[in-house]
Amino acid sequence: MESSSSQEFIQHLINGISLGSIYALIALGYTMVYGILQLINFAHSEVYMVGAFAAFYASRSLGLDQHPGVGALIVILAAAVAACSILGVTIERLAYRPLRKSPKLNILITAIGVSLLLQFSGQIIFGADPKLFPEVIKDVVLFEIGGVDVRSMDVTILVIGTLFMTGLHFLVHHTKMGTAMRAVSSNGGVAALMGINVDRVISFTFIIGSSLAGVGAVLVGLKYPKIDPLMGTLIGIKAFVAAVLGGIGSLPGAMLGGVLLGLCEEMVVAYFSSTYRDALAFGILILILLFKPAGLLGSLQREKV
Amino acid sequence: MTLTDRSARIRFLKSLLSPTLTILGMIGVGIALDIITNAYVQFVILLMIANTVMATSLNLVSGFTGQFSLGHAGFMAVGAYVSAWLAMHPALAGAPDLLKYLLLPIASGLAAAAAGYIVGLPSLRLRGDYLAIVTLGFGEIIRVVILNSPAIGGARGLYGIPSAMPLEEIGLSAFSTQFAISSAWCVITVFTLWRLVHSARGRAFLSVREDEIAAEAMGINVTQTKVRAFVISSFFAGVGGALFAHSVKYLNPATFTFTKSVDFIIMIVLGGMGSFSGSIIAAAVITILPEMVLRELQSITGVDLRMVIYSLLLILFMILRPSGILGTLEIPDLLKRFKRKAVQNG
Repeated sequence: MESSSSQEFIQHLINGISLGSIYALIALGYTMVYGILQLINFAHSEVYMVGAFAAFYASRSLGLDQHPGVGALIVILAAAVAACSILGVTIERLAYRPLRKSPKLNILITAIGVSLLLQFSGQIIFGADPKLFPEVIKDVVLFEIGGVDVRSMDVTILVIGTLFMTGLHFLVHHTKMGTAMRAVSSNGGVAALMGINVDRVISFTFIIGSSLAGVGAVLVGLKYPKIDPLMGTLIGIKAFVAAVLGGIGSLPGAMLGGVLLGLCEEMVVAYFSSTYRDALAFGILILILLFKPAGLLGSLQREKV
Repeated sequence: MTLTDRSARIRFLKSLLSPTLTILGMIGVGIALDIITNAYVQFVILLMIANTVMATSLNLVSGFTGQFSLGHAGFMAVGAYVSAWLAMHPALAGAPDLLKYLLLPIASGLAAAAAGYIVGLPSLRLRGDYLAIVTLGFGEIIRVVILNSPAIGGARGLYGIPSAMPLEEIGLSAFSTQFAISSAWCVITVFTLWRLVHSARGRAFLSVREDEIAAEAMGINVTQTKVRAFVISSFFAGVGGALFAHSVKYLNPATFTFTKSVDFIIMIVLGGMGSFSGSIIAAAVITILPEMVLRELQSITGVDLRMVIYSLLLILFMILRPSGILGTLEIPDLLKRFKRKAVQNG
């Protein structure tokens, strides 16, 4: 009895971490844009939704659900990343750039407008009914450690999540563009004086953030295979909460916040009640704003991208 | 205002004259509308009044204080359910009817204001736009709470909400009575907010919107000012919810979704952030538009384009004309301007 409950706990732990790494991927997009523009990019959750649909249509037109495997996964990941980065950079160019010098309230309202526009045109274009995401990775038990099943789905999510987050870390800390991003986020005006093309850096940030949302969308599609045009709203709020929890503007913060939020949610559902599952993120947000508004890592390191 | 010296008291009483006259006039309008319009038009008119209260109250916090709230429908839901629940409560059954329905919005407003305080305090202490995301979350949570509360109807909704009985002795039908109550509260809302914005405290709201650092340097407690604006705005959102509940007589948690909050945002953006006249006009237009124009459009195209049009309007207005139609102007300002022009020309 004792061992089975601890096995259950580890099972929930794995689930929570894999859910959390998805939140982290999406939270990174929020935190990067916030770090550079001090803007809550409400449209981010819809970029994520479009990523899921891009993957869905790519796999349907190429017949990939007939040939599941790593190759198929890479193809739909590429489709989602391409669609998301194009969409992200288009939004930035058409909606946010003309307002660069406007009051912040106006940009926020525009962001909400873009988010709604994508949601409701999505309902018209893709149809409001949920679609079944292709099963490109078979969910099988890979191996068993001490009575705990390690499933291929969770391994895929963890591997891809870690891969992209490590890639982002490398990009931000070891490339010229990454240095430029950090410079713009710490002070845009001075960065421009140093010869950095701020507009290009902002576009690049949107490309990277949106691509990560696309990756997150594919992973969510694999884990919860129902996609619909409104799927972004709730996960968007949660990912934003994850970003605030870790300290908005901080990349490691977003990763930590995402994993913590995923774990909390899984544990609350497993051991308390699933009724208020979605209220949990909101409660965490209120508590964080009350007691540690800078977030967990926000005050420790002022690194913002 | 202390009301100690006599002239100030007289000035205050004088300022109450025009709203009182407006309310009396509105009762007349209500009787006239009752005769010339059908039940459907009357329903839309009542909705229009409730939406006016909602839009003007949102304008206080977003237009005048510069804080972005995405959960106005949540506060409306609090107000609507509190008022409906109290009206159906047996303990209040013996209370005089008209008085009860005139005073219920106060209870609704207080409940919504309390919710506003709880939501506003943690998020408004901080620089940055946390209010937007917190109110967005609040709007969703309040819906989940209502869905899971069978005592107030849960997902089925709350049926058979009573409203004031017709006062036939003085010639008021059911519609005219509700119209009188609603318009009285609408006038109270607009009048209070107008007086507030044109007072010293109101100037503090404006200064926070324009520049928080400068406002702080002027000795204004920025957090307190923001929270005050937000709580007052929530109060009147609760009032608007109460009016809505007794006009529609049926409440469902699905009514108070995020898109409902967006309706109010589009009203203040279209009308002009910082203009009550603009909000009132836009509230009327946005209430009528889906009923008349957009329904036709939907029957032609076969898809619901309402939110697509609204969101496009939001983006285009922000890029091309961020001040909205009226900007910060009010109708009296416009009249003055026309008069001045007429004098110059003639």
